[in-house]
Amino acid sequence: MTEKERNETPVLETRGLGISFGGLQAVSDFDIKIYKGELIGLIGPNGAGKTTVFNMLTGVYKPTEGTVYLDGNALNGKKPYEFVSAGVARTFQNIRLFKDMSVIDNVKAACTKDITYNLFDATFQTKKYWEAEQAVEDRAHELLKIVNLDDKASWKASNLPYGAQRKLEIARALGTNMKILLLDEPAAGMNPTETDELLSCINTIREKFGIAILLIEHDMSLVMKVCERIKVIDYGQTIAYGLPEEIANDKRVIAAYLGT
Amino acid sequence: MTLKKMNQKGFVVNTIVLACLFFLLALLSNTGAGKGNFFRLVLTPSLWQCGYLIILATSLNMVLGFMGQLSLCHCAFMAIGAYTAALMSLAFQRAGVFKSPKGAVFILIMFLSILCGGLLAAAFGFIVGIPALRLKGDYLAIITLGFGMIIVNVINNLPFCGQNGLAEGSAGSSLYKNGLGFGMKTKVTYLWVAILLTILAVVMMFKYVRSKFGRAIQAIRDDEIAAAASGINTAHYKVLTFAYSAFFAGIAGGLYACANGSISTSSFAFTNGGILNSTFVVVMVVLGGMGSLTGSIVAAVLMFFVNYEIKNGAWVAMLPSGIQGIFKYPMLVYAFVLIVVILFRPKGIFGDYEFSLVHVREDLAKHRALKAQEKAEMKGV
Repeated sequence: MTEKERNETPVLETRGLGISFGGLQAVSDFDIKIYKGELIGLIGPNGAGKTTVFNMLTGVYKPTEGTVYLDGNALNGKKPYEFVSAGVARTFQNIRLFKDMSVIDNVKAACTKDITYNLFDATFQTKKYWEAEQAVEDRAHELLKIVNLDDKASWKASNLPYGAQRKLEIARALGTNMKILLLDEPAAGMNPTETDELLSCINTIREKFGIAILLIEHDMSLVMKVCERIKVIDYGQTIAYGLPEEIANDKRVIAAYLGT
Repeated sequence: MTLKKMNQKGFVVNTIVLACLFFLLALLSNTGAGKGNFFRLVLTPSLWQCGYLIILATSLNMVLGFMGQLSLCHCAFMAIGAYTAALMSLAFQRAGVFKSPKGAVFILIMFLSILCGGLLAAAFGFIVGIPALRLKGDYLAIITLGFGMIIVNVINNLPFCGQNGLAEGSAGSSLYKNGLGFGMKTKVTYLWVAILLTILAVVMMFKYVRSKFGRAIQAIRDDEIAAAASGINTAHYKVLTFAYSAFFAGIAGGLYACANGSISTSSFAFTNGGILNSTFVVVMVVLGGMGSLTGSIVAAVLMFFVNYEIKNGAWVAMLPSGIQGIFKYPMLVYAFVLIVVILFRPKGIFGDYEFSLVHVREDLAKHRALKAQEKAEMKGV
């Protein structure tokens, strides 16, 4: 392992994370440390447990073993929205947009937790309401500009082309003001042009927000291009962790992908 | 341009229009009081009924159209509001606070009674909202159906309000002259109350859906998992919306108690054959368009008039005698109207479009442009 040791606390850390469904051990002993500004790839053959890891990191599944730490605080037993409040945001493998809402409302909905006005303010549209709404509107436009969707802000989300929907999901995740972003196969089903756009989009996000990103992806060229380190899992076990070049030449990884 | 400035024009226009509407109808209720039977016998009761039907339909639309949860107990919330308001005003009357439905004290008590009806209904909405956290779709519909039946039956068997209470003996004996339950004349005098409350309720619901609350519940409707993954506390917003919606159903119940000489639980029961049962409110919302409050208003008025005209035979008499027979079975007519609307406008009359006086011209232009584009594409193919 060539992990460089850092003195700071990792943004996201898991220790001995595992989950079993009935008798089936889906993931076991999943350890990872992600520092601020890092981009880590999580790869593995189909059914290896990548999305299960994501679901544990976002509170959808409750891990049966181990703990998730965010900035050193354990997140055991919290609900998904509390994970988001703590600073974990995600996108989904199969797109889950709010499809009957407008593009900008999708992003605004993700800002809900940061809006502090109450029912009274909303009913009588007080100064506080207008200030908060204006701030959210500006923020949503800013995020849409990052993913080049600002000109389609009033479209219905379901009318967007496929690639744009994926980007809107990222913009929505950004709306939650997160510390770490989990991207579940953002390039799935995209053509090479769209993948390139996505790549530049991810780079802009990293420059602008300096957040940590954990990325699941099957498009190996993308993974090799952007990830600083890669974690490979198979049958719920970590089989390799290291720099992209190391992973590409790792015997166990090649065996897992191609069979022995 | 800031958001507030952009909305200012709409705010001014809407306020002026609503104020004009209010004063026009209020003026009508003062000047028309003595003249002719049409105003007293037809228009005033119609406006009262339209008022509470509009509030009821829009309040259900918040839960069904905006939050995507099918609730079949809205009439039970309405019953709670109606009985609370009626009993409160009755209690004040018996305590001798007011003698006849006149004067400032009475107006105050009337508003207080209706408000309390709304608050109690909201409390029950909160209770019903809790199972809604775990269930969705058909299962939630069944649970709310059960809740509705329980509430109506409990009210029916309470000694002070059910069979032996408010509706005792011949219909109307208890509520007329005793607090709410206005006669013809009083209905005309206090028509402005119905109009004012309807306008206020609809405006308040509009503000709700145009705020973070509205965005949160729409997100829950479209994808609950994604909503939770976007940091929305789904449980909180679901229960809050159920309670908020039940509050307005309770207000509608208060108006109902005013507009009717007697109230009996059978008028809120699920088996009620008339227009006032929870399924019919669902029909109104679907007809108007789920997610369009203005659509619900139109549908509520439409349903009321179909119901009213059938009952009173105004335009039915003009039809060929062979067809007239159909109108003896109002349910068939409702079904027919519903089928026609759903065939031609599957998403309801308004879909999720909100009618707006300020934007109606732009919206029409946009619609025409879209149609023209479709036509051009068809020619191209």
